[in-house]
Amino acid sequence: MDISDFYDTFFEEAEELLADMERLLLDLDVDDPDGEDLNAIFRAAHSIKGGAGTFGFTVLQETTHLLENLLDHTRRGELKLRRDIVDTFLETKDMLHDQLDAYRNGGEPDAEAFERISRVLQQMALDELGQGEAVKGKATPDPVPAPTPPPETSEVAEADRDGAGETAGRQLSITLSGVSDNDRELLVEELQHFGTIASQSGDVARYRVLLDSTESKDDIEAVLCFIIEPEQLSIEVEAPGGGADLAEPQAPAASEAMPKSEPISAVAPDDLPEPDKVEPKGSATPSRAPGKSGGKSAKGSESSTIRVPVDKVDQIINLVGELIITQSMLEQTASDLDIVSHGPLVNGMNLLQRNARDLQESVMSIRMMPMDYVFSRFPRLVRDLAAKLGKDVELVTEGKSTELDKSLIERIIDPLTHLVRNSLDHGLESPDKREAAGKSPTGRLTLSAQHQGGNILIEVIDDGAGLNRERILAKAKSSGLPVTDSMSDDDVWQLIFAPGFSTAEQVSDVSGRGVGMDVVKRNIQEMGGHVEILSKPGQGTTTRIVLPLTLAILDGMSIRCGNETFLLPLNAVLESLQPQAEDLYSMAGDDQLLKVRDEYLPIIALHHTLDVTGAKTELTEAIAVIVQGEGRRYALLVDDLVGQQQVVVKNLETNYRRVPGISAATILGDGSVALILDIADLHRLDRRKSQQRYEAKHQNLQEVSLA
Amino acid sequence: MSAQANTNALANDTASSEYLVFSLGDEEYAVDILKVQEIRGYENVTRIANVPDFIKGVTNLRGVIVPIIDLRLKFHLDKVEYGGQTVVIVVNVDDRIVGIVVDGVSDVMSLAPDQIKPAPEFGVTLSSDYLSGIGSLEDRMLVLVDIEKLLTHEEMQLVERTAESA
Repeated sequence: MDISDFYDTFFEEAEELLADMERLLLDLDVDDPDGEDLNAIFRAAHSIKGGAGTFGFTVLQETTHLLENLLDHTRRGELKLRRDIVDTFLETKDMLHDQLDAYRNGGEPDAEAFERISRVLQQMALDELGQGEAVKGKATPDPVPAPTPPPETSEVAEADRDGAGETAGRQLSITLSGVSDNDRELLVEELQHFGTIASQSGDVARYRVLLDSTESKDDIEAVLCFIIEPEQLSIEVEAPGGGADLAEPQAPAASEAMPKSEPISAVAPDDLPEPDKVEPKGSATPSRAPGKSGGKSAKGSESSTIRVPVDKVDQIINLVGELIITQSMLEQTASDLDIVSHGPLVNGMNLLQRNARDLQESVMSIRMMPMDYVFSRFPRLVRDLAAKLGKDVELVTEGKSTELDKSLIERIIDPLTHLVRNSLDHGLESPDKREAAGKSPTGRLTLSAQHQGGNILIEVIDDGAGLNRERILAKAKSSGLPVTDSMSDDDVWQLIFAPGFSTAEQVSDVSGRGVGMDVVKRNIQEMGGHVEILSKPGQGTTTRIVLPLTLAILDGMSIRCGNETFLLPLNAVLESLQPQAEDLYSMAGDDQLLKVRDEYLPIIALHHTLDVTGAKTELTEAIAVIVQGEGRRYALLVDDLVGQQQVVVKNLETNYRRVPGISAATILGDGSVALILDIADLHRLDRRKSQQRYEAKHQNLQEVSLA
Repeated sequence: MSAQANTNALANDTASSEYLVFSLGDEEYAVDILKVQEIRGYENVTRIANVPDFIKGVTNLRGVIVPIIDLRLKFHLDKVEYGGQTVVIVVNVDDRIVGIVVDGVSDVMSLAPDQIKPAPEFGVTLSSDYLSGIGSLEDRMLVLVDIEKLLTHEEMQLVERTAESA
């Protein structure tokens, strides 16, 4: 067994713990901190320290150690929290994250940064407590073995830890039960890092190690539990050279092995080492759910989630998609049968259909994640930015539990971050400006998410100054965009999404980070959604993102062209009609326009663009589908509309590559593949092809004239 | 023949490797059998527009969209017919699944290293880049195709990154 096998698990888990820590720190009410939260923060630091020690990540271990000490004082009320202290904690958390990343990438963390943060933390301990390391603990090493819930034992366990610093020469009796020889060697090796092994003896069933160590018993436990199960381990603290009382080493181990049943919110839950142990145990068995160390949730959520690789889920989704297709094929066959003579079969088919649909729905829901995953990273960002910009901002989040497809939720983070930065930087005014405008000095930034039909609506709302119409227009004019003063507000707001549209005033180190609003818009469009802006001068701006719930299923309109079937994304289809001869106009020879009400739309014939043979070439016999993509509207000429249907989107790039004019593929009820058209790209493709046609023709003409 | 070759391969050494022999017109080609995932009939292929003619389109392989390439067109064979005998060899290269259309699959053969001659420098259509050698087997000559190199070559326009670099 190689200990490095557990590296990844540790990294993942430490990252989760750090995220929890940050969340809890941000939620802390500085004046009246919740004891439970402080404990949870402490436990997170403690678990990381334990793991870091095991794997020899010294810098990480030492940093967490310093942090842990301070947290320990905080949770016991000896260190009064202040905003700047929380800030330091947060900074330390960031530092830990950096260190973690460094180790993850196989490097060593920045030594300078480590020194700096150590100094800061030590200084804080000195300033706030008038002492360096914890010197206050009860020095008596304690023989009470089990840190069971009753209040007095938790006291004891605490003393145990605090005392650890100066009870040099203390002896620990460590009993390993049922540990194989190989594991034992590894464990003993690990133990040598903690102190000197005085003696060791025993067999597989029970092996006893006497260790002279200054480390606290919790630390050793935490480390060893990365390798073995907690119930295999029992550690007793003994006076130096004291007789080892091995009468009941199993009992405490057993009681410690049931952390889930421990009431975490007991009367004095300060130092239950259980949660600490729960985490390391999780590390050793990667398939287990991540133990959220956030105090209250630690109990219930642990066994109720499993961590599964996304591709496994995707495989299930694929298989279910196949099942649905097979089911509809069967249904088609069965529909030809006589219901009277095949009653049971038809009933069975109906049942199968219902079950298959239910199954599909449940499977799709696996990929869904709550928006909280995204929203939870904003409190920190807002807090830091607001401080940097000298603004007073209150962040409100609504609809945290709204669910969205995992692939979308990850891609929404960047655009949303950009919008939030924008709102903070340009939207919300400074406190004195706000007061002058008769508003509360504290700005309010709202992030909300809600479902609306098959879409999710995500809004970033600020109650700031609103967009400046004049300035946007002026800027647009100077950058040569086609604008007029009579444009509607909505059209003006859309201008800020134009590429390169970033006024000089707008660029700052906060939001001028190279990601313009055009990128935000493009990202969202790539996800199949769109952005809208609502703004009222003096009252604020609302940016609304509308996204489909999932990318895996698409509402499509199937159309026919020649013998081929294609799918149009339904959200791109505006209407369809049969062109009348009097509505057709030609322009510059080849280009044709269709007049729809008062608008002249370019006509793109699908059979031209995609070289379909056997399609209807007479315009008035075909059907014109009016489509819109990336702001362009045109009439797509097809042979027939087949119908509307939901399809499972299959990626073409998996085994092939991107195809011009095509966004993806899907499998139809008869098992054949149909291509899903990319409306915007189809337009570009058509331009390119007409250009080629034109050039070819031109060249021919030239050759003719030369001859 | 193939059974005998198989047992030979097992009995002999690990150096000899097995090849799936297929025919294009009158010529015999072979690919490393470890790259072959399955063999199926040619059916239900959806055409893709604006791609080279040897890319026949995509098909549904149990829920996976797989591109189909006609090697006969790629190698400019005269007679290209699609019938009940037309076979698609589904290969797995570079983490991709690709189907190649051939006229027929004959057998699996085991070739020892000394039976594989270096590929001569020739051919405009079939550059020696794609060949891992010539297998000589009594009176038969097998063109050993390095299917991975062939399919990921930029000429095939099958893989995006090579297409970009082209």
